[in-house]
Amino acid sequence: MAVPRFWREIPNRYNLVGARCGNCNKVLFPPRYICPYCRRMGKLEPYRLKRRGKVLSYTVVHIAANGFEDQAPYLLAIIELEDGPRLTAQITDCNPDEIKIGDEVEMIFRRMGEESQDGVIYYGFKARRI
Amino acid sequence: MRDVAVIGVGLTKFGELWDLSFRQIMMEAGARAIEDAEIDGKQIDAMYVGNMSSGQFIRQEHISSIVADHAGLVPVPSTRVEGACASGGLALRQAVIAVASGIHDIVVAAGIEKMTDVLTGQATGALATAADQEWEVFVGATFPGLYALMARRHMYEFGTTEQQMAMVAVKNHHNARFNTCAQYQTEITVENVLKSPLVTSPIKLLDCSPITDGAACVILAPAEKARKFTDIPILVAGTGQASDTISLHSRSSLTSLRATIEATRTAYKMAGVKPDDIDLVEVHDCFTIAEIIAIEDLGFCKKGEGGKVTEQGETAIGGRIPVNTSGGLKGKGHPVGATGIAQAVEIVQQLRGEAGKRQVDGAEVGLTHNVGGSGGTAVVHVLRRSD
Ligand SMILES: [Zn+2]
Repeated sequence: MAVPRFWREIPNRYNLVGARCGNCNKVLFPPRYICPYCRRMGKLEPYRLKRRGKVLSYTVVHIAANGFEDQAPYLLAIIELEDGPRLTAQITDCNPDEIKIGDEVEMIFRRMGEESQDGVIYYGFKARRI
Repeated sequence: MRDVAVIGVGLTKFGELWDLSFRQIMMEAGARAIEDAEIDGKQIDAMYVGNMSSGQFIRQEHISSIVADHAGLVPVPSTRVEGACASGGLALRQAVIAVASGIHDIVVAAGIEKMTDVLTGQATGALATAADQEWEVFVGATFPGLYALMARRHMYEFGTTEQQMAMVAVKNHHNARFNTCAQYQTEITVENVLKSPLVTSPIKLLDCSPITDGAACVILAPAEKARKFTDIPILVAGTGQASDTISLHSRSSLTSLRATIEATRTAYKMAGVKPDDIDLVEVHDCFTIAEIIAIEDLGFCKKGEGGKVTEQGETAIGGRIPVNTSGGLKGKGHPVGATGIAQAVEIVQQLRGEAGKRQVDGAEVGLTHNVGGSGGTAVVHVLRRSD
């Protein structure tokens, strides 16, 4: 990924900042530029999400995505955050046999991967069971 | 709006066609369709070509021009249509709209993907660009990973089993044996599937459709003129298309594709049919769980019972609602941009009674269901024998 493309999303990726619509009060993540519920009537403001959530579904990835080969096998999940939004994230520090749908997790800041050519290290959020 | 009919179909062999180029397979499918329709190329008024990612697979964009050029049909207008793995279905829909509107008469809807000129890792990487790069792929998601998240949730909500998913693969490999164009010509067992290497649990290697080269082509005409070209015109009775969020996680359900449900509603309404009226279907089984979810969303069984009806043999040839008689994406192969057109080719051959050993007796109404990505796009067509 080119550096500016990653850098642009740093506030969202590093701080779990999404958006909250002042019109319908819905919390949106990943960030959006138009509220899908109110469209032109929406009033989006940055919103820092609470970091707790629960596992809606999970998979153990054995054949890794490009750039993630050194991490396989890894746990990938869809997490529903306390504020409502859902996101896709890896679950870290967990034996894959122990994870269950409904498990409570918190989002923690971790290294995601590094680009071999430019040496940039990417950070973002992973989930950890609590 | 005019009624639209299919007057010709053509398909290449699907598989790892290392000795054939993009241009060769496209011309082969087109020539077969033109021969089948018994028309002269000069009668063609427009072309729509479904293709997901020639830029990534063969480093060539602007293939609409290449197709018209190599077919010897310049200056006929040619348009590439892209909607990930639904590109073919979308090209068909655009061609149908072009004929129905009265702007064009004889229109080609083609689909093609040449996937084996790159390494497997590059091919799966190219496919992954149909998911959300920023918020799915960035954290390590792959396509089998996204469908595994649906599968795990389906198992949790409805008790669907890995055996039931495996039965989809077994059935589709079985059907593919009667299709000379299919990539796979070998039977597999439930045990083979369950013991194949894990890709993204609970999805195993034999739950996945393969990387495939192939092309497909159908030729459309206004229904009132179709009889000049064919004894058995197949009417495009309904067409529906819908969109959903690019990310799986943004959807309220992980076990149902809203785009499928909406596209199906539109297509059923236009055709004036309900699920009971459909004799056979080609659904988008990119992974075995996708077929189970599709037959539920299309209304062929209650939500959550897709695994059970598969286990009971209701989706086999000779069953209540035969699904993927061609072998589906799993058995026939999945050259992504060609798939939606290839599905229509199978239904047309079935409705004409030309499907040989895989023929569904007395088939009069068939349906195609083509999905892009994890469900961000879906397109459904209802085809009907009109004699
Ligand atoms: Zn709003």
